[in-house]
This record gives sequence, structure tokens and C-alpha cells, in this order.
Amino acid sequence: MMGLAVQPMLLWSDVLLFVMIAVIVALLIWARRQDALRSAWGRVAKNRVAMAAATVLAVFVLIGLLDSLHYRARLDDRAGTAAQYAVEVHSALDALLSQLRLRGEKTYSAPLATHLFSREALENSEQREFPRLKHGGAHLGTDLAAHENDIALRLLLGAAGGLALWLLLLAALHRRYGVVFKPALKVGAGETASGAVLYTLLAIFTLFGIAVALGGGYHVFGTDKVGQDVLYLSLKSIRTGLLIGTLTTLIMLPLAVLLGILAGYVGGWVDDIIQYLYTTLSSIPGVLLIAAAVLMMQVVIDTHPEWFATTAERADARLLALCLILGMTSWTGVARLLRGETLKLRELEFVQAAQSFGVGRFAIMRRHILPNLMHIVLIALVMDFSGLVLAEAVLSYVGVGVDPTTISFGTMINTARMELAREPMVWWSLVAAFGFMFALVLAANLFADAVRDAFDPRSSA
Amino acid sequence: MILSVSDLAIHIGAARPVDGVSLEIAAGECYALLGESGCGKSMTALGLMRLLPAGARVVSGVVNFEGTDLLAQPETAMRKVRGGGIGMIFQVPATSLNPVLTVGRQIVEALQLHAGLQGGAARRRAAELLDQVGIPDPVRRLDEYPFQLSGGLRQRVMIAIALAGEPRLLIADEPTTALDVTIQAQVLDLLDDLRRKQGMALLLITHDLGVVARMADRVGVMYAGQLVEEAPRAQFFSQPAHPYSVRLFAALPDMRRRGGNLATIPGSVPAADTRHEGCRFVERCSEAMAECRTAPPPWREVDASQRVRCFLPDAAAPVALKLGAGETASQTALKPLLEVSDLQMHFPIRRGILQRAVGAVRAVDGMSLHLMPGRTLALVGESGCGKTTAGKAMLQLLRPTAGSVLLDGVELTTRSASQLRPLRAKMQMVFQDPFASLNPRLRIGEIIAEGIQALGTGAASGNGVVKQRVAVLLEQVGLRPEMVSRYPHEFSGGQRQRIAIARALAVNPQLLICDEPTSALDVSVQAQILNLLSDLQRELKLAYLFITHNIAVVDYLAHDVAVMYLGRVVERGSADEVLRHARHPYTQALLAAVPRIDGAGKTVVKLSGDMPSPANPPVGCHFHPRCPLADEACRRDYPVETLFGATHAVRCLKA
Repeated sequence: MMGLAVQPMLLWSDVLLFVMIAVIVALLIWARRQDALRSAWGRVAKNRVAMAAATVLAVFVLIGLLDSLHYRARLDDRAGTAAQYAVEVHSALDALLSQLRLRGEKTYSAPLATHLFSREALENSEQREFPRLKHGGAHLGTDLAAHENDIALRLLLGAAGGLALWLLLLAALHRRYGVVFKPALKVGAGETASGAVLYTLLAIFTLFGIAVALGGGYHVFGTDKVGQDVLYLSLKSIRTGLLIGTLTTLIMLPLAVLLGILAGYVGGWVDDIIQYLYTTLSSIPGVLLIAAAVLMMQVVIDTHPEWFATTAERADARLLALCLILGMTSWTGVARLLRGETLKLRELEFVQAAQSFGVGRFAIMRRHILPNLMHIVLIALVMDFSGLVLAEAVLSYVGVGVDPTTISFGTMINTARMELAREPMVWWSLVAAFGFMFALVLAANLFADAVRDAFDPRSSA
Repeated sequence: MILSVSDLAIHIGAARPVDGVSLEIAAGECYALLGESGCGKSMTALGLMRLLPAGARVVSGVVNFEGTDLLAQPETAMRKVRGGGIGMIFQVPATSLNPVLTVGRQIVEALQLHAGLQGGAARRRAAELLDQVGIPDPVRRLDEYPFQLSGGLRQRVMIAIALAGEPRLLIADEPTTALDVTIQAQVLDLLDDLRRKQGMALLLITHDLGVVARMADRVGVMYAGQLVEEAPRAQFFSQPAHPYSVRLFAALPDMRRRGGNLATIPGSVPAADTRHEGCRFVERCSEAMAECRTAPPPWREVDASQRVRCFLPDAAAPVALKLGAGETASQTALKPLLEVSDLQMHFPIRRGILQRAVGAVRAVDGMSLHLMPGRTLALVGESGCGKTTAGKAMLQLLRPTAGSVLLDGVELTTRSASQLRPLRAKMQMVFQDPFASLNPRLRIGEIIAEGIQALGTGAASGNGVVKQRVAVLLEQVGLRPEMVSRYPHEFSGGQRQRIAIARALAVNPQLLICDEPTSALDVSVQAQILNLLSDLQRELKLAYLFITHNIAVVDYLAHDVAVMYLGRVVERGSADEVLRHARHPYTQALLAAVPRIDGAGKTVVKLSGDMPSPANPPVGCHFHPRCPLADEACRRDYPVETLFGATHAVRCLKA
């Protein structure tokens, strides 16, 4: 019996991520048919900064999605046995980046280096030398003098490749929509800030081309303590950050919306209980609460090894647990906001008009309160995302974040911190993690700002 | 001329809220800028002061104040002019004072800037100013915070601050719109008095013809960013020349038009970003000619003092006064539709850790009234007297503390929410603010159908029947059925109020409680809504409980009137009895305080002071602290109801 070359695997977080993407797409289709929403999103689409940020976000999401298509590779068949699959779980991104993943070095090496970072005693020699890297610059052979020229050439080639790719895209768009290359770069009939999208894509394509060209021969961001390529680690971290940011909001939002509206609309003892709950929750130091919960979860996971077939599944369970815990502790702010807004809305006359028709409480909350809170929910959603990505980094740094085997910005920073003290400094892990996280969070924040401006009824004249 | 503005134009993006305004104000003169909302009056004032909101800019014009062009001055020089040369007071006294600073600090700040006074001298002058604007016990008031003052006192403090720099021109932007009539009368008196004593010019911005009649020397009528008529007051009121001015007068409700329809101006003010080829009023004018559409009308001098922007060779013909049929409703019904007795609505004041009730705000404190089917009862009173609360308590939107409400003989107060539901179809409410009373996220069709669905009045009916009913309702209130799928923000204020009325009518109510349904609307639109309400009453035999503070509307619409003061009805009877033979001194004062457009100010009773707090009503007759007739007995006992005739009842010992 011949099995597939790979066995597809769905981790729980993958399922949730794909469900979420499906829901977002469905929401977008629904929103297109709502006039008010469409005009608000139209305002976002006209905002150049927002569209540039959205493009960057889209690239991050794409990387995250590629990294969520998991599989187990098939082991070499032996006659007469059923197909055997590897214990290791890889993703489509791993497959694409197999060059980066497999070409490990022994230990630290600086970006684009040809030698290791520290001297070692070489065989057949008394002296301690910088050993050559196994892969970094291996194509140069002994011709080390060509190192700089080679880098410059690859830079140029990569940039040219990126530009060519972009021009191809333009040509494709031109054939599809009849776009003329103008400074305004208008695509379609709308006033979408498509110019911003295209120029952002140009920058991204160029960087991509350079990374491919350089990555073919060197470690672009160097290697870490155990010789893993830092660029690879950074790209793998994106999925973790995205998951933490989105899944947590997914857990937090229903709680916040339900409790906030209930507290504000029903009032009385319901309000008292909910308020008591969130004042108590928010007066316990967040990190302490999360640390306690994560440690408890860790014990549960460790005592039930039979639940998990692979380490990836275990790490995934821990990641989900972290999302759950972060969600349970971070709903208070949004709930408080929504409660206040509901208090205001329930005194408005359209709510009283509904009451005078004898419309039930829950129908009023659903028909009259919730739709008028959606702009706040949306704003909270995008604003919280970046906060949570940063929170993961902090928590992993403290050691109560994701599983140590999960690659994340937090774990990268955590492993890099000790090396900051050595001279000369090992800076690249930290800088790479910082750069990627900064781009992700900045893009999310800029996008959130534009969304808030577009949806805030007070700012739209 | 202390101020002369020529050709001032202000643009905000594509909108042109002010589009070529020229006016002149002489020293000591009161110039009234009259217009409906959105016509650019406030923007003109802000433009003069160069206090325009972000995005708005002056594109042309000269503002000459005492010989200097303000638009050419640097910002530092403007700071001296603002407050020093030109003072300004705003519409809402509650938000124009800083809530965390004492009144004294805020006046002294203005004195330091513009009079160069410091320390003790400034404080003494501040007390003088408070005294000047008629605030009793000024020295104590200096150390109070704005929240400790009533609306009328706050507006006086604003005036005192504006006076601190001894301005030669005071711009008052709707200075009394947010105030009650009795307080409005006090503030207008004060402004008039100050103007005469100090020779200060006054630019009064208002939409209220009554205020204009009371205050102005000259009147400028603004429409869609332009002045369309300028005239001395007497001439403006006796022979308005522009068709718009003529129709404004005709749209005012009053007694003579009872039972008939008010003249309305069709449509509404054009949006500020409309481009005008010809006359701006042409779409709403019944005398429009061909040339009105092609070229903007030039100024035409009616005589030396009056000019008008209109092609008509003579003054516009006055709109024929449609005299009403007078009393309309039959009085045959013997059983009242709504009978309220001794209704109380108390809100507990809670203090301390355990939130124990230490007192109560007696918003409604034992009120009784009844309403016959098919008639209109007006509930009149100043803000804070509990009239809106009473309306909501009758509908059981607020559960009354005590008392009984009988609707068609059925007691409402003891019923649970689910028992009330079938009765809700009989009584509905139309709210004050048409912008807050429609859910912005629902389509018009959904809004109107909500009641039908919730109460199941179209129970057996399917979706199609509901849709048909919505279409009928929309036509009934004068909107087109194809508007069902639009959202509220696509409608003007008047249209929204029509939608709110259609929503209430959807369940075939017998009683409609209208809570100030026209107070947020302009005069011309108000007339449309009042006409609609009286047409509907004739067609559907509706009974209205009309909650309002606008006496003219009452006079036009109401069959019976109940006057409320501090949670109780102090006088009730037929409209004629209460409005023309008022016996309670409060009713008399209320009626006298209404500015009349014929300028005949009755000088009967001028009320001093404000309404006391309903949390702590005075002992005895609630009105005695403000009553000119009060004596020992009034301070001791709350008066019982005295009947004059079959229907006229008054709670006063002196009546």
C-alpha cells in the first residue's frame, strides 16, 4: 500500500487559525453589503498609510498561514510494513525554507560571515583560529578576497530580481485592469490608495529578492548559539506572534462584549457582580496571574504525556493555553469600555422607543446596543493585537510564555540576552527579533489608527 | 460704524457655510442675525473673531472693527481684540465655563488679561461685575464652582466674563436658547439693560423671532450662507419683503390658526456644499420666476433702511392667514382615555458605603390629570419640572413610585412587563430628539416594523403584509414608500421626526405622548410636523399628551392645558381658560415671559430666581420663594385644588 509522501497534520491552533480566517473573509463579504461599514472601510482604503500597513500585515499573515500547513514527512519505506511517518512536524514554510533550516552551523556566526564568531582550536594546528563555516560562504572556496564583491553582486542581483518581479506584477495588473503606470497608480475605478500598496510591495519584493540572493550563500542574519539560521527563526516566530495576537482577542472579545453589555444594560446586581469580577481581576498583577496559570497548565501537560503524539502537539497545547490565559485576564479593559458606552446608549431615545414597544431585553441588546458598539469592538480588536504580540515577548522572556521548543520572538530574545554581555557582542538575534516584531506591531498600530479614525463617528465630519 | 463686514466668505472643504456676508453695526446698536440652523450665522460670528474650527478658512472679505481689518491682524493682536474689543457669549452655559475653576478665578483671569487688574483689585472688580449682571450675594458666589449655579446664573457669569474686558461689541450666539422662558426673559432684560447703560453694540444671533422682536434695532435674515434681507425691526415685523421672511412669520403657530393648518415652507435648507446658480431660496419659493433660477438676485433697496435680495419688484405677498376652525375635538366621550391620579416618581439619593437612601429627588410628586379620547392635553412647564419623567412614568418606561395610571380603564402600574405588552399597542411615544430616537444602524423599514413585530399587531400577517403596512405608514406621514431601505442619517431632522411618528403609529395607538417633538426643529420644519400631527388627529382620532415648554405651540394645538411646577400640576383647564384667564401666578409669569413677535411685552409678573431643586422642595407652596403674592399662609401650607368652573382647577391660595 502506497501512502502519501507526507501526512498532513492539523494542530489545534491551525484549525482555529483557519476558522478565524474563514470568519474574517465571511465578515468582509458581509460588510461589503452594509452601506455604513462599506463607507467606513472605504475611508480606510483611501488612507495611504493604512493601506501600506495593511500590505505589510498581509505579507506577515501569508507567512503565518504558510507556517500553519503542517505535515509529517514519510520515512523510507521498508518492504512489508505500513507507511511510517517522521516524529517531527514540519510546515509548508519549513519546506520552502529547508535550505535555511538544514544548513546549520556549529554555533554563533555574524551576519553574512564566512567564519565562526569565536576562535576554536583547529585540528592539526596549535593555534586557535576562526573556523570556516560549513555553509556560510562555502561557495567561495578559498577565494575569500571575493567575499565583499560577492555580497555586492548578490545585493544587486537580488534587488534587480525583486524589481523585475514587481514589474511583472504591474504588467499583470495592466493586462487585467488596463492600468497605466502613472505616479497616481490608480487601480480600478475606486480611489483606493493602491499606489501605496504597490510601492510597499516594491519595497517588500526588493527585500525579498535580496534575502533570497544572499540567503543562497550566506546566513543573512547570522546564526544563533546552536548554529540555527536567525532569519529562519525570525520567520518562524511570525506565526507564534500572530496566533497569540489573534486567538487571544478571539477568546477575550466574546467575554468582554457579553459581560460589558450585560453590566451596562441590565444594571443592578448583575452590574455589581461583573464589576466586582473585573476590578478583582485587574487588581492582581497581570504577570503574576499569568505565571501561576501557565505553571499550572505546564504541570497538567507534563503529567499527561499520553495526550500528545508529538512534541509539536505539546508545544501547540501550551501555546493555546497561553492564549486562553491571556484572554481570560485581558478582557477587563474592553468590558469596562463597553459597559460605559452601553450605559450611555441605553438612555438614548431609540432604546426607550423599543422599550415602549415591549421589545425584550436581549432583543434590545442584540438589535440596538450591540450594533452601535461594533466600532469600539473593532478598534479594541486591532489595538489589542499589537499589545498581545508584545506581551508574548515579555512573558517568554520571563520564562512563563510559550513552550521552549516553540520558536517565538520572546524565546529568541530570551536566548540572546545572555550574549549581550559578551565582548564583542552577539547582537544579531536580538536585532532580527526586534526588527520583525517592530515591523509587525508598527503595521498593526498604523492600521488600527486608520481604522479607528474611519469608524469613530466623532472624527468623521 | 463700529463693525463693518464686507463680503465675508468662509469655506470648509467643498462646503460654503458663509458665502458673501456684508453687514454693519453702529456703536450701541443691537443687530440681530436671524436664521435657521445651518444657515451660517454662528460661522459668521466665529469668522469675525477668527475662532473658526479646524478646516474652515476665510477665503475673502474684510472685517473692519474700529478702523482695523481684523483679518489682516497677527494672532497676538487678535488676542487683545477678543475679550477686549469684542466679547462673546455662547449658547450652552453649562459647557462654556470651566467646571474645575471657581467662578471668581474665571472672571479674574479675564480681568488680568484685559483690564490689567491684579489680586484684591481684580477680585473687587469681579464682585462688581457679578453684581452688575444681577447675581445676588456676589462675594460669596466668587468662590463657587459652576456646578453650584443654575443655568441662568451660569449664563450671567458668562456675560460677566464677557464684560470684564469692557468690550465695545458683544456677540451673543443664541444666548438664551438653552434656557427656560422665565430665565430667558431675565437674561434678555439684562443684555438689553447693559447695552443701554454701557453703549455697547450687540450682535445677537438667534433663530427665535420672539427674541428678535424683543431685542433688536435692526434685523438681518440669513439663508444658506447669505443675508437675504436687512431691515429695522419695526419695518421687518410689519412688512417683511423677502418671501422667506414672510413665510417664517406664517409658519409660527399661534391661537388664531387653531384647527387649521400652518403655512409651511416645503423642503429644507439646502446643504452647505450646494452650488447655487440663481437665488438660494428658489426651490422652496412659491413665487419663483424664470430669472430666479439663472442669476443670483442683487440687493434691492426697498427704502433707505430696508433692503432685500430678491427679484420681486415689490415685497412678497403676505401668506393668507388660514384661520382655523377653532375648537375641533368633540367632547362627547364621557370616559377618559387616560386617567392619572396622584402619580409619584421618586429617585432615591444614595449615600455612604451601604448606599442607603438618604432622600429622594421628587421628580413627579403627586400629579393628577385626565385626557379624553381624540383630544390634546398639553403638559407645560420649565425644564426640570418633571414633565418628561411624568410622561415616561405614564408609559411605564419608568415604574412609578406610587399613584395610579388608568388607560382605558385598565390599571397599568400594577402590571408586570409581560402583562403590559398587549397594552403597549394603545400608547406610544414620540421623542424630543429625532437624531437620538432612531437607531443609526437600522433601516427605516426595520425601525418602523419593530413595533409591529414586537407587539404582534400584524400577528397572523406574513412579511408581505408588514411591508405593505410600513409603506402605508410612510405615505401617511408624508414620506415616499421607496425610502424603506435607507438609513436614518440620510434624512433631515424633520423627516426623521416623521419617521419617529410613523414608528409610533405602526401599532395603531390611541394615545400618543409627544415629548417636545418640535423643539429640536427649525420654525419652518416645526410647522410641517405640527400640521402632520393635527391631520393625524383628525384622521385617526388620536389623543395627544403634548409635553412642551413652547406656549405658542400649545396655543395652536392643545385643547386642554396642565401647567407643572416642581413635580405637581398647579393649574389645569381648557386652553382658553389657562392661557387667557390664568389664575396661578406661575402660569401668569410663564405666559408673560414668552417674547411676542408683535413686540407687545406684557409687564405683569417678572419671575426672579430659579426653580428650586426637586430633591429639597420648599415647605408650603412650592412656588412661594418666587411668587410676588406669597404671604405667611403660602409658606406654611401646600394649597389644595380650587375649582373655577367645571374644568379650570388651580392650586393657589391667592387665586
